[in-house]
Amino acid sequence: MKSIKVCYFAMFREHAGVNEETLTIDATTAADVFRATRERHGSAEPTGHCKVAINDVMADWDSPVSDGDTVLLFPPVAGG
Amino acid sequence: MAIRYCCFRLLPGVELISVAASPIDPDELRKQLFDPAAGAYCSFEGWVRNENDGQTVLRLEYEAYEPLALTEGEEILAEAKRQFLCQTAHCAHRTGMLEIGDCAVWVGVAAPHRDEAFRACRYIIDQLKVRLPIWKKEHYVDGHSGWVNCERCAAAT
Repeated sequence: MKSIKVCYFAMFREHAGVNEETLTIDATTAADVFRATRERHGSAEPTGHCKVAINDVMADWDSPVSDGDTVLLFPPVAGG
Repeated sequence: MAIRYCCFRLLPGVELISVAASPIDPDELRKQLFDPAAGAYCSFEGWVRNENDGQTVLRLEYEAYEPLALTEGEEILAEAKRQFLCQTAHCAHRTGMLEIGDCAVWVGVAAPHRDEAFRACRYIIDQLKVRLPIWKKEHYVDGHSGWVNCERCAAAT
């Protein structure tokens, strides 16, 4: 089990009801963390158009996560 | 005058991007691009409009994750400079609540010739829209609101 701090933005923040939370989960990759948050909050966004960052660096869904990491979950962006 | 762009970086060799809640002043930003070696200047302004997908929009709310928006924005500006050989490229993006007609995003490029300036400006705005961690919530006349690009994505699952 790993302690992972998860930060939510925009629609994800509204679904989660919190800006961030620390989860103790069995996760190997960023995708595992995303899956755990969806189960936790009952939401069902696909990873397709979403992005993820680990410790303030853009990452891929199959990037590994380590104990103590901060995972940032970005819903589809819409700047401009 | 108070500092208008509270969250920006201006470091040697690094291009300028700002992501801030304060209004964008295109005239002021344009002056920063004057360069004796530049024969062309091209800019783009994105304005808040009153309609999207058949719905009447009252206002827009932008949210950004500033640390990564700045890093990714600097990378986009540097890419544009490399690809199109322009002297200087800057951009500014708003956060917070914006009204109809407000300037939401500004891009400015100075280059030796017009072709590089046009192409670099187009590249920067296109990349900003798909790469920066910035989100846009539309507030509609009927009282509802929705995150652009998010709602249909969630509904499709």
